[in-house]
Amino acid sequence: MDTMQMTLYDVLRMVIAFLLVITIVFINALVMGYLERKVAAKIQRRWGPMEVGLQGWLQMVLDGVKIIAKQLIVPRDADRVVFRVAPLLSFTPVVLPFLVLPFAKNLVGRDINLGLIFIIAVSSINVLSIFVAGWASNNKYSLFGAVRSVSQNIAYEIPILLSLLSVVLITHTYSMQGIVAAQGTVWFCLVQPVACLIYLVSATAETNRAPFDLPEAESELTAGYHTEYSGFGFSLFMIAEYANMFIVCAVATVLFFGGWHGPFSGEYLGVLWFLLKVFLLMLTMIWVRWTYPRVRFDQLMNLAWKYLIPFSLVNLLLTALIVKCI
Amino acid sequence: MKEIERYAQCLKDESAATSREVPAAKLLEYPLTRQVLAVCQANSLWPMTFGLACCAIEMMATGMARIDMARYGAEVFRPSARQCDLLIVSGTVTKKMAPALITLYDQMPAPKWVIAMGNCAISGGPFKIEENYNVIEGADKLIPVDVYVPGCPPRPEALIEGILKLQEKIAGKRYPWPQRPHKKEIKIHPIP
Repeated sequence: MDTMQMTLYDVLRMVIAFLLVITIVFINALVMGYLERKVAAKIQRRWGPMEVGLQGWLQMVLDGVKIIAKQLIVPRDADRVVFRVAPLLSFTPVVLPFLVLPFAKNLVGRDINLGLIFIIAVSSINVLSIFVAGWASNNKYSLFGAVRSVSQNIAYEIPILLSLLSVVLITHTYSMQGIVAAQGTVWFCLVQPVACLIYLVSATAETNRAPFDLPEAESELTAGYHTEYSGFGFSLFMIAEYANMFIVCAVATVLFFGGWHGPFSGEYLGVLWFLLKVFLLMLTMIWVRWTYPRVRFDQLMNLAWKYLIPFSLVNLLLTALIVKCI
Repeated sequence: MKEIERYAQCLKDESAATSREVPAAKLLEYPLTRQVLAVCQANSLWPMTFGLACCAIEMMATGMARIDMARYGAEVFRPSARQCDLLIVSGTVTKKMAPALITLYDQMPAPKWVIAMGNCAISGGPFKIEENYNVIEGADKLIPVDVYVPGCPPRPEALIEGILKLQEKIAGKRYPWPQRPHKKEIKIHPIP
């Protein structure tokens, strides 16, 4: 904005964007919850939810209504205020990155020139909320889940940053629209295949999805950091997890899979291509979850520190060399 | 050791089990909203991952391919007691397990239901003999039970029938969601 005055137009735009983002987050959770159950069922040769609506498509809505009506329990020994704040704290950072995601050529909240850094910075708050939840519950399983989540996130932030940097070295910009515009001819997953693979693996770990879902490992820690959460607190954590998946996959789409580029993507129609790519990536994450068993904790740490970080460092150096020589 | 004292009191006082039932929420005054909520609750019963004995194997079979609990939205086995609606007591309740069972039931949030699965959980089953020293003769001596599923162990179809009965108890009629008529005769594979 040139002038610092807020006009009515700006306020209206903010309100509409805010409503759209909240709608996307909730509908994304509904769709992904349903898809997760259906895909899991198909992989295990079951039917999945069939009773409510055609192919059970209303199942998640009914679950939501039921979960709202559940009793909210705060354990006697828990820190009451922090215990209640933690789900909200996990819900806030997943809403913010939608501000800079380029859905189409002209469909972006704010195209700030440090968009990528903004997303990385904001989505790191999520781990804080997980730790707060685990600590405030005053439960040994919650605390162990939270500690695992923190160490896992610290380990996997580094390969994510390094693999994203090697893309930024090519594009010379942090702006999300600029990165998408640089992929008009060839997607960066072909230019930077190693970085793409490293990012996808680390992103799965970053969102605490299987096979890296150690923070909520059912067989060791009852339900991990949300063991003590009932009713809507628990469902806020789930919504935040699915929104986190969406953001991670959207960043992957923007950086490696061409963003809104595709046939007939004009000023606004690129949003269809963008959502198609994001949901295909999310389906892949679900597919991986229901295919592979959970890794052990030392395997998880070894994968990050011994393989992903050295490989992404070498990849970054090679990219820098090649960019310099050309 | 508070649980053990309470458990001892439960054993002494037969009516203690029923008196700890949580009263229904009073915020739903309108019959329509109550009905809608009941249908929602009946169609998303999340059971607890809680297997006691051989009946648990049949409970797992109920969640798997041939007989699929997921069709009724009941396949989300939550490991934490705070997030589930349905406690399936699947097997023998011994005196050593009784405090844990009571604790788990107390930890579940308010609209909660219990299915006693198998003869042991209903009445002690084959352990209801004079020499019995360690088996609670019926889970309903400890916690209020909604539906009893007999069998030793019950077949998965019996557990599905128990869940349908529980839906009937919650929502007032069998199949609370309107059913679609089948267009053609589907070939049903026999169960071995």
